[in-house]
Amino acid sequence: MDISTQDAPVPPPAPAPSLEQKRASRGATRPGDRVFLGLSRGSGILLLVIMAAIAGFLTYRAALAISEDEANFLTSFEWDANGTPPKFGIAVLAYGTVISSVIAMVIAVPISVGIALFITHYAPRRLGGVISYVIDLLAAVPSIVYGLWGALVLVPHLNGLYGWLDDYLGWTGVFEWQGGAARSLFTVGILLAIMILPIVTNVSREVFRQSPQMIEEAALALGATRWEVIRMSVLPFGRSGVISASMLGLGRALGETMAVATVLSPSFLINASLLDPGGGTFAQNIASKFGEATPVGRDALIASGLVLFVITLLVNGAARAIIARRKEYSGANA
Amino acid sequence: MAKRIDVSGLTAYYGSHKAIDDISMTVEPRSVTAFIGPSGCGKSTFLRTLNRMHEVTTGGRVEGKVLLDDEDLYGQGVDPVAVRRTIGMVFQRPNPFPTMSIFDNVAAGLKLNGSYKKSELGDVVEKSLKGANLWNEVKDRLNKPGSGLSGGQQQRLCIARAIAVEPQVLLMDEPCSALDPISTLAIEDLIGELKERFTIVIVTHNMQQAARVSDRTAFFNLSAVGQPGRLIEIDDTERIFSNPSVQATEDYISGRFG
Ligand SMILES: Nc1ncnc2c1ncn2[C@@H]1O[C@H](COP(=O)(O)OP(=O)(O)O)[C@@H](O)[C@H]1O
Ligand SMILES: [Mg+2]
Repeated sequence: MDISTQDAPVPPPAPAPSLEQKRASRGATRPGDRVFLGLSRGSGILLLVIMAAIAGFLTYRAALAISEDEANFLTSFEWDANGTPPKFGIAVLAYGTVISSVIAMVIAVPISVGIALFITHYAPRRLGGVISYVIDLLAAVPSIVYGLWGALVLVPHLNGLYGWLDDYLGWTGVFEWQGGAARSLFTVGILLAIMILPIVTNVSREVFRQSPQMIEEAALALGATRWEVIRMSVLPFGRSGVISASMLGLGRALGETMAVATVLSPSFLINASLLDPGGGTFAQNIASKFGEATPVGRDALIASGLVLFVITLLVNGAARAIIARRKEYSGANA
Repeated sequence: MAKRIDVSGLTAYYGSHKAIDDISMTVEPRSVTAFIGPSGCGKSTFLRTLNRMHEVTTGGRVEGKVLLDDEDLYGQGVDPVAVRRTIGMVFQRPNPFPTMSIFDNVAAGLKLNGSYKKSELGDVVEKSLKGANLWNEVKDRLNKPGSGLSGGQQQRLCIARAIAVEPQVLLMDEPCSALDPISTLAIEDLIGELKERFTIVIVTHNMQQAARVSDRTAFFNLSAVGQPGRLIEIDDTERIFSNPSVQATEDYISGRFG
C-alpha cells in the first residue's frame, strides 16, 4: 500500500459512477487507510519507546552498579559483586565469550559452507533434500538438550582429541592439556559450532541456490570445472550472504546460555591453554549467578549483559562494513 | 586456429523430451554459419551440443557425433571441460562475471587454463579487448567492474573473454537480441573481423542479420509444438535468401510462416 498517495491532489468530482469507483479504489482518503496509517505509525513509535525504556533502565542500573564497583569494571579478573564493597570486572567473561564464539565460527563456517555447496551444487536433488531435512531437525533441538548431550556425551569423548592436540600442538601453549575433564572453552566452542551449524548452513544454502545460472554458465563455457565454477561465480556471489549467515550464527553463539552453563566448569581465570577448564561467558555467568545475587550483584550482571550487547553491535557493524566495502562488485547488480 | 565441425545424426533430449532430431551438417573453418528458425525449434539446444554445454542442464542427453576436425567431441574419455576450453561461447544476455574487474573477466579463461605467463597476461587482455573493439572504451578503467558497462559493451567484453583463450570455434546464441541497433552493428562488424581467425556459428532471430553476417545459413523448423526440431536445409546464405530449395524455408524467410 502506497501511503504517499495520501497527499495526492484529489481529482475533480467526476459524474460517471465508474470514475467515482476508481477514485475510491485509489484509497486517497478512505477511513480504512487512515486507521491503518495510524496503527502502523503508532506501533512503530511504541516499539521505539519500549526499546528506549529498556535501554534506559538497563543503562541506569548498570551505571549504579559500576559506580559502586571497587575494581576496574573492564579489566579486573574478579567477580565478587555480592560482597561489600562489590568488586567485579568483565575481562574474563569478555575473553571467554569471544574466544568460544571464535572457535565455534572457525569450525562451523567452513563446514556449513561445504554442506551448503554440496546440497546445492553436487548432491543429487533427493539426497540434498534429505540432508537439508536432517539439518532442519538439528535446528529444532532445544539448547538445554545440546548442553546435556555436551556434558554427558561430548565431554567424555573429547579426551582422544585433546590428547592428540596436546601431542602435536601442545608446544604452542594454546593446546597444552593437563589431563582434566574436557570442560573447557574449547569444548564449549565445539558445542557452539554444532549448535550454529544449522542456521549458517541453511542461510548459505538459500544464498547459493540463488546464484545466477547465467554466470555459472559463463564459467562453464570457458571450461571451468565444477569447483572452478563455484570459485568464480557461486562463492563471490554468495560472499555477503555467507557473511550474514555467519553473523546470525555468531549472534547465537555469543548469547548462548544453557548449553554453555551445562558444559563449562567456570572460573574467573584466563588460562593460556584453551583446553584447561575454567573461564566463562557473559550469558553463562548471568545464568549461573542471577539466582543468588544481591541487588547490587544483579545490577552488576545487567552491566555485563550490556557489554555483551555492545560486542554484538560492534560485530554486526563490522560485518556490514565488510559487505559494503566491495558493494560495486557484488552479484546484486548482475 | 580454426577447425571444421562435422555433425552427424545428432539427437538431443531434455529428460524424455526429444528437443532436436537427427541433425547432420558441416561447418567450414573461418566461415560464419547462421542458424535461423522459429522459437523453440532447437537452435539453442543444437548450439549447446556443439560445446557439450547441453549436458549441464538437468536431464540433458545427446546421441550422435560431433567431429572437430577428426576428433569426436562425444567420444569415450573426452573431457567436456577440455571441449569447452577449445570451443568458446557467447550467450544471449551479456554475462560478465559481476564480481570481477574488466581485466579479470578477460583473463578468466587464461587463468583457468593455467598455461599463461604473468607478464603475458596484460598483452593478451589488451589484444583480446582490441579484437572485440572494446579497448578504446575501457582502457582507462580496466580495474572497474565489468557490470558497470553498457549492455553492448558487456557483450563485447564477453566476446573478448571468449576469444582470449584462442578457441577453435566461437558459438554465439542470439548475441544481439538484448542490444540496441548501434551496439548490434558494432557486434556484426566484429563478427566480420573475427571470422578471419575463428569458425563462427551464430543463432539469430533477425533475417537481415543472418543475411549480413553469414556465409552459410541453416534453417531449422519443427512440425508442431512439442515435436523435435529438425534441420530443414543448410546452404550458402545468398542462395537461402534468394532461391532456397525447400518451400518451408522460403515461407519462413518471406514471413508467410509463424
Ligand atoms: N532447460 C530445458 N529443459 C527442458 N526443455 C527445454 C529446456 N530448454 C529448452 N527446452 C525445450 O527444447 C526445445 C528447443 O528449445 P530451444 O533450443 O531453446 O529453442 P530455440 O533456441 O530455437 O528457441 C523447446 O521445446 C524447449 O521447450
Ligand atoms: Mg534460443
